[in-house]
Amino acid sequence: MSMHELTLRQIASGLANKDFSATELTQSLLARIQAVDPQLNSFITVTEELALSQAKSADERRAAGENGALLGAPIAHKDLFCTRNVLTSCASKILSGFKAPYDATVVEKLAAAGTVTLGKLNMDEFAMGSANESSHFGPVKNPWDLTRVPGGSSGGSAAAVAARLIPAATGTDTGGSIRQPAALTNLTGLKPTYGRVSRWGMIAYASSLDQGGPLARNAEDCALLLQAMAGFDPKDSTSVDQPLDDYLAALSQPLAGLRIGLPREYFGAGLDARIGEKVLGVVEELKKLGATVKEISLPNMQHAIPAYYVIAPAEASSNLSRFDGVRFGYRCENPVNLEDLYKRSRGEGFGTEVKRRIMVGTYALSAGYYDAYYIKAQQIRRLIKNDFVAAFNEVDLIIGPTTPNLAWKIGEKNADPVSAYLEDIYTITANLAGIPGLSMPAGFVDGLPVGVQLLAPYFQEARLLNVAHQYQQVTEWHTQAPTGF
Amino acid sequence: MALERSDVEKIAHLARLGLTEAEVPQTTDTLNNILGLIDAMQAVDTTGIEPLAHPLEATQRLRADMVTETNQREAYQAIAPAVESGLYLVPKVIE
Amino acid sequence: MQWETVIGLEIHAQLSTQSKIFSASATTFGAEPNTQASLVDLGMPGTLPVLNAEAVRMACKFGLAIDAHIAPHNIFARKNYFYPDLPKGYQTSQMDHPIVGKGHLDISLEDGTVKRIGITRAHLEEDAGKSLHEDFHGMSGIDLNRAGTPLLEIVSEPDIRSAKEAVAYVKAIHALVRYLGICDGNMAEGSLRCDCNVSVRPKGQAEFGTRAEIKNVNSFRFIEKAINHEVQRQIELIEDGGQVVQETRLYDPNKDQTRSMRSKEEANDYRYFPCPDLLPVVIEQSFLDEVRASLPELPVQKRERFEAQFGLSAYDATVLAASREMADYFEAVNSVCGDAKLAANWVMGELSSLLNKDNLEIDQSPVSAEQLGGMILRIKDNTISGKIAKMVFEALAAGEGATADEVIEKKGLKQVTDSGAIEAMLDEVLAANAEQVEQYRASDEAKRGKMFGFFVGQAMKASKGKANPGQVNELLKKKLES
Repeated sequence: MSMHELTLRQIASGLANKDFSATELTQSLLARIQAVDPQLNSFITVTEELALSQAKSADERRAAGENGALLGAPIAHKDLFCTRNVLTSCASKILSGFKAPYDATVVEKLAAAGTVTLGKLNMDEFAMGSANESSHFGPVKNPWDLTRVPGGSSGGSAAAVAARLIPAATGTDTGGSIRQPAALTNLTGLKPTYGRVSRWGMIAYASSLDQGGPLARNAEDCALLLQAMAGFDPKDSTSVDQPLDDYLAALSQPLAGLRIGLPREYFGAGLDARIGEKVLGVVEELKKLGATVKEISLPNMQHAIPAYYVIAPAEASSNLSRFDGVRFGYRCENPVNLEDLYKRSRGEGFGTEVKRRIMVGTYALSAGYYDAYYIKAQQIRRLIKNDFVAAFNEVDLIIGPTTPNLAWKIGEKNADPVSAYLEDIYTITANLAGIPGLSMPAGFVDGLPVGVQLLAPYFQEARLLNVAHQYQQVTEWHTQAPTGF
Repeated sequence: MALERSDVEKIAHLARLGLTEAEVPQTTDTLNNILGLIDAMQAVDTTGIEPLAHPLEATQRLRADMVTETNQREAYQAIAPAVESGLYLVPKVIE
Repeated sequence: MQWETVIGLEIHAQLSTQSKIFSASATTFGAEPNTQASLVDLGMPGTLPVLNAEAVRMACKFGLAIDAHIAPHNIFARKNYFYPDLPKGYQTSQMDHPIVGKGHLDISLEDGTVKRIGITRAHLEEDAGKSLHEDFHGMSGIDLNRAGTPLLEIVSEPDIRSAKEAVAYVKAIHALVRYLGICDGNMAEGSLRCDCNVSVRPKGQAEFGTRAEIKNVNSFRFIEKAINHEVQRQIELIEDGGQVVQETRLYDPNKDQTRSMRSKEEANDYRYFPCPDLLPVVIEQSFLDEVRASLPELPVQKRERFEAQFGLSAYDATVLAASREMADYFEAVNSVCGDAKLAANWVMGELSSLLNKDNLEIDQSPVSAEQLGGMILRIKDNTISGKIAKMVFEALAAGEGATADEVIEKKGLKQVTDSGAIEAMLDEVLAANAEQVEQYRASDEAKRGKMFGFFVGQAMKASKGKANPGQVNELLKKKLES
């Protein structure tokens, strides 16, 4: 097996057995990125020098007797995690030249665990999008079909892992931005409980919804990565001070007695029936593993999209005010006065979708509309949370499709942003409620991957990884690689 | 209630987003489509429902009052568009 | 027409924490530009705020001191507007759920009455940076050292009816925050700033007139002048058939006038919403009990104690309790000399004029409380007279001795109490003024009084002020009557 085909777990054994060194692995992957990525456009920055120095240091640490599961493991970060002295762009022109003066907590923690950072991954600009088409650095292509989108906003992360350029990557999920691209590229991706992973250094889109998490080829690798990424951070007021579970140990739990809920609202109009069938296929497998299944209801699910498209843009409109051309990033040429500085720096620096959402959010918060939009959306947010709380009184886990459709053609939904917003229907409820969610491979339709989504109560990431892992022990979907990669 | 050109111009001004003449009509249409999607929310009965701002409803943690930051001006200003004498420069601020 | 002035004040008090409200940078005044601006203060992408416990404690102290309700749940909101001294494009403040609710503060007016001023609320927020308008080739410079300094914004009810009342209120707040140790009160450095909402209405009218807000007035004197000017402007405007517009104005102390401010967000749509990076702040009752127990004696309590314990007049007690430093000084003097009334007289009299003359604060006084107390002891035991004491005080102020005793010794100011010596001296004085003695003896009781004073004067002059005045009086009377 070539080195690029190895999972994180296999890399850990390879390194431990001295089959290869971290430096050899890193050199090999850097070469592969250089050769293959032009087809995909998944990297914004390749950090060759940093990677080689981290690899060297990992080899030294190992020689000195260290043996961490991620020591020497190559990864890459979504380009909204701040990395010291490395361009951190959020795929936006407005962050031109922004070499972050500090490391995000996630970056720091993973580096401390010994990972090797190969680069910064493409994404939708400021994580606003579900197709990775809004990047200032151009769209990312889906390795399963280069004419199709990889999903978004963590599209670069998904494409790079799916194409075996890297074994795993970080992503962020505000409305499905880890789970949806994982589904469209045949990966396992986890959005943890809100507050489980520090947001320090993770450039905000919508602060009350954003969560960082892993994308990898299987649940086991996600568990490895999450173990190192997650945990309390005093620098983030919304970070939760609660001990981490042992995610790896939880993987082997048997599923006997697991109560699974199938929300009827997830199988209504708008869902590609072929995807629905794949979901039911997964349910059948889980039954064989000892799970019981019942139909449940999440009656307010249909209101999630409007509520989300108020709350997220409202927070974004304020979060993105700091991009003003004064202290960092893009500044327009020869501003004639202060207003001109602001308007042209922001007008020229932000892309269309970002400007659109800033305007929606500005409007929703403005005098006279606040109650009708913002407060109303937050009330709906509570209804959605309440739906989950009630459902989890009856079942341990909720299962459904991750996306209503297969990966679409690049450019197909550009004319009508609303049609792209509707693609988030199954994922955004988890962000509004703050619960963890995972997408895992569930088969193929027309040669394109289908993802199934698992949702669990607060802080039950271990349960999600456990169920996905058990499923992956008896199925092969997740091992499929796109042709040519 | 649909947004008009003047509403869009006002919102763009509040958000300090320069829109070109050509962008305005298209932006107005798209924003109206999005607001159409959002307005579906108005049909939901939310009487008596407490708004939810944070999913976990946790409370604020407090930091001990200690100075741990040191002067990093040089590093921080290395990425600034315009600085002089340690100050960030902007077009004249008129009070 | 008779006009009535209505004033409400918004006071921004910089809390004297070590670090900023949401970051661990120092808050020291006067540092080199942008050397106290951390990633958080600069609004760097990805940074997040964490609330300073001390800022919360200080706000609670203030709330308890004004008898206010402290909100068990208070929430930070974002006030969105673009300005170069506001790095994030929003100010983190409190809107609908401030930490301190309704309270009140009593102020003493010049006529000796006490007036209760309502305090609507006080909330925590972050300060902005500063725009420096020196010309950098047509550009302004931005210093963000001040950005993120904790502020307590104290909003009064529109209960104030004159510029003088406004000043009395600001002074009372100033004294209170200094007593509590939550703000250094240094108005020149901007630690305490005041926005004045001023309106006028015909006397007897219930509704308020349209108000104008005068921003950032930074001294007691300017508060009075700015308000008086603004009141005059509004009355003249209305009497000339015009209307007051609700707007923000700036006071220019050089021209003694206010002018309209056009800048800031014209539309004034701040789009407040709860800050998603901060969670609701919960104040437990046990915490409040602990803060309450730690409160120092407050100005009102101190005033009452001074009256009861020392028998001081209401006026003296008010003056002495006005600042914590003054009160502490007075009590230190009293503890040395054991005579509160003399101590009060000296602190409010000679000491205050000395400080005023040299423009010093009481904690910079060249005469220490121990020195002054020691000197008063010498007045009490008749070592020196009150008049000589003034000389001793001046000598102490000039550093001519470490203690009153040393000055008295060195300058030979000790009072003469030897009656033999005084009698001999008096005999000389009477002999030198034989004519006046004759006249005195020939006069009736009514005239004698005035003439007696002449002899006392001559006697004190002859003794260079050192003769004990009581003894001089007594012996002189005997000699003249004999």
